[in-house]
Amino acid sequence: MTAALHSGRSADLLVVGGGIHGCSAALHAALRGMSVIVLEKDSVGRHASGVNAGGVRRLGRHYAEVPISQHSMQIWYGIADFLDDDCGFQIAPQIKVAETEAELASLAARAADLRAMGFDHEVMLDQAELRRLLPAVADHALGGLAALRDGFAQPYKTTFAFQRKAAALGVRFHESCPATAVRRDAGWIVTTPQGDFRASRLLNAAGAWGGRLAGMLGEPAPVEAIAPMMLVTNRLPHFCDAVVGATGRPLSFKQMPNGTVVIGGGRRGRADAASSMSEILFPELRLTAQTAAELFPIMRGAQIIRSWSGVEARMPDDIPVIGASARHEGLFHAFGFSAHGFQMGPGVGEIMAGLIATGGTNAPLAPFSIARFAA
Amino acid sequence: MTQQTISFADLVVIGAGPAGMAAATEAAKAGLSVTLLDEAPAPGGQIYRGIETAGPRRLQILGPDYAEGRSLADSFRASGATYLPGALVWNIGTDRVIDYSHQGVSHQLRAGAIVAATGALERPMPIPGWTLPGVTTVGALQILLKGSGVVAEDAVLVGSGPLLWLLAAQMVDAGCPPRAVVENLPRGRTRAALPHLLRALRARSYLAKGLALMRKVKAAGVPIHRHATGLAVEGADAARALVFAVGGRAQRIETTSIALHQGVVPNQQVTRLMRADHLWDAGQHCFRPVLDASGQTSVPGLYVAGDGAGIGGARAAALQGRLVALSITGGDPARIARLRAALARDAAIRPFLEALYAPVPEVLAPADDTIICRCEEVTAGTIRATVDLGAPGPNQVKSMLRTGMGPCQGRVCGLAVAGIIAARKGEDPQVTDYYRIRPPLKPIPLAELAGFAPGIAAE
Repeated sequence: MTAALHSGRSADLLVVGGGIHGCSAALHAALRGMSVIVLEKDSVGRHASGVNAGGVRRLGRHYAEVPISQHSMQIWYGIADFLDDDCGFQIAPQIKVAETEAELASLAARAADLRAMGFDHEVMLDQAELRRLLPAVADHALGGLAALRDGFAQPYKTTFAFQRKAAALGVRFHESCPATAVRRDAGWIVTTPQGDFRASRLLNAAGAWGGRLAGMLGEPAPVEAIAPMMLVTNRLPHFCDAVVGATGRPLSFKQMPNGTVVIGGGRRGRADAASSMSEILFPELRLTAQTAAELFPIMRGAQIIRSWSGVEARMPDDIPVIGASARHEGLFHAFGFSAHGFQMGPGVGEIMAGLIATGGTNAPLAPFSIARFAA
Repeated sequence: MTQQTISFADLVVIGAGPAGMAAATEAAKAGLSVTLLDEAPAPGGQIYRGIETAGPRRLQILGPDYAEGRSLADSFRASGATYLPGALVWNIGTDRVIDYSHQGVSHQLRAGAIVAATGALERPMPIPGWTLPGVTTVGALQILLKGSGVVAEDAVLVGSGPLLWLLAAQMVDAGCPPRAVVENLPRGRTRAALPHLLRALRARSYLAKGLALMRKVKAAGVPIHRHATGLAVEGADAARALVFAVGGRAQRIETTSIALHQGVVPNQQVTRLMRADHLWDAGQHCFRPVLDASGQTSVPGLYVAGDGAGIGGARAAALQGRLVALSITGGDPARIARLRAALARDAAIRPFLEALYAPVPEVLAPADDTIICRCEEVTAGTIRATVDLGAPGPNQVKSMLRTGMGPCQGRVCGLAVAGIIAARKGEDPQVTDYYRIRPPLKPIPLAELAGFAPGIAAE
């Protein structure tokens, strides 16, 4: 216990979880002058933050997420200057392709909804515009919905850049340091194999393990561990500049600058939060491969050279838990991003740092409150 | 379409080299249902490649050790084990369901137990210019010789290790001797190996054979350069010359055909894919899976036999294959004891060979501008810079630089990348560890995956 009295083990803010949300919040808190310690059970960016598909996507988000996603996008546009690292970020259109008239109509309805909410970043594409943006798309594609100034980045490079910038500002990172118990005394005390850590404020950014931590604090949240799966092909001639999804079936599709194509979306492998392991189930990817080949005939000759997956958190309503605890003073949550948290990392970190430092925020966080899971 | 259950075998053996053939033969004889999956069209593995079809002339070139493989292959053929040649294992689940490709279609097979007998790979030998067309490996040249009787003309063999001399002698016997042998062992290696000589005499046939190979190459008039340093391949878009120094004197051999070799190391792809524990073998300077006395890894039901368990050569591989099968089937303890004794005798040569042929410091510490990852063209200097930035290990370096993400899945560069990181961090390679291996182990067509419907039989 006396070890915790050592100044190296106490700070203004303890962050549990060294993913993009933990690292981003730590960095923004440090920018506000707080002392911060990040506890990561494995290594920074080991799970969802380092192994996601890298889409920097506002397109198609839950309406509640749109304002936060918009805010985050502004940080992405300046990410290289902010983090002194380009993060592999490139602006590129994100496009949802419609394969039927009904799909086209649903996309048009969404675009109209967003306009009514005051957002104009998602625009309808007719068949000619779609073909201009996606010359390789199959003939049956009728049109689509696009966010022309979305993009993609390298997930691990980005998370690592957040960590380095935070560390440069004095944030202390402890890796291989799982939080095994949490209790409250004068402030928060988090027990780990490396000893106890103390702070007056605690941020739960523990991803797929965030529910466990919240549960320890008597504030349960039903987090499911899932394993989104991604396939990577050999290098193909350049044919696609956009990040592409389908409307009526799961797909995320992108040609990387080196020519390889990353295909994912929807299908899940086997995830085990206890062992932090995930496993690819290839029969589940049959339809993913079929979808890719049907939407982009050039893919019929591609070779799959690699696959990956990672352990990711999913909430029952597919939107994250973001905000202050409904139960404890000085406790905050940002987890459960349900396989679409990467783009929101820069913005949510800033919002959380503000909320933690000042006790308030203008960001519309109500839909994300952990209180929605209270019995 | 009707649902059907996935096929099952008590034992699935991967690889038809000596270890795989011996394991499958023993297990089938003991009454297990055995399926052996192998990439090649015929049994033999790398060491006995083409053994069933080699004519008298090729058998004479490849020598009596090679011919020993014939009886192994004959016994395997007669054993009753199901044999699937041309079967590429590309994934194995934690539930021991194996995904494999056969004649353009992927299937699944559930295994009660698995013996990975996937042998060895050549250690990466990254020197300046090693990625140029015209540069290959000694192992690749020997595959050509065994598989199709093709002998490389005018090749310069570069590096060190028993296989280098074996191929040189085989090329002499084939009437197409190498242009030169350039050995990069530092001075003093013989002295370093001497303390192990007494023990090595228990397996003296290996010593006698090695010396005979060197004599044969020398007698054929092949120029032999020893203690070469500063090895580099010159050429703009293809190999034009090998340059090096011997005793401070610069040498240059004009050639368009160079074969590198720096010994062999266990092929970890299957055992890493299945997340078995591995340990760093300081003697062999490589990782190998942690095995119990029965040859089982830390993953229940996954066994390893042969060079994949640690380099021991073909004879040891066959002994290990038998031992693993006997352990799985609960075989006669007396026979197990005899096999273990034979294995121990055979292994007596290893400390001597390991001291003599330990990888050369120059190869383990490539210059900053030398390419390490061929698939993604990443240099040693870039890897070191990424370590300096704070990347903790091979998987983070891979995420940053794409090393090991190309079609070879790290088979070529893995040990070199891990070694560079360990050296830069001043860490034991055991701590640095290795890439996580992702399926597919080898590329499969997207169209094949689009038709991958195991457990569903088309009517």
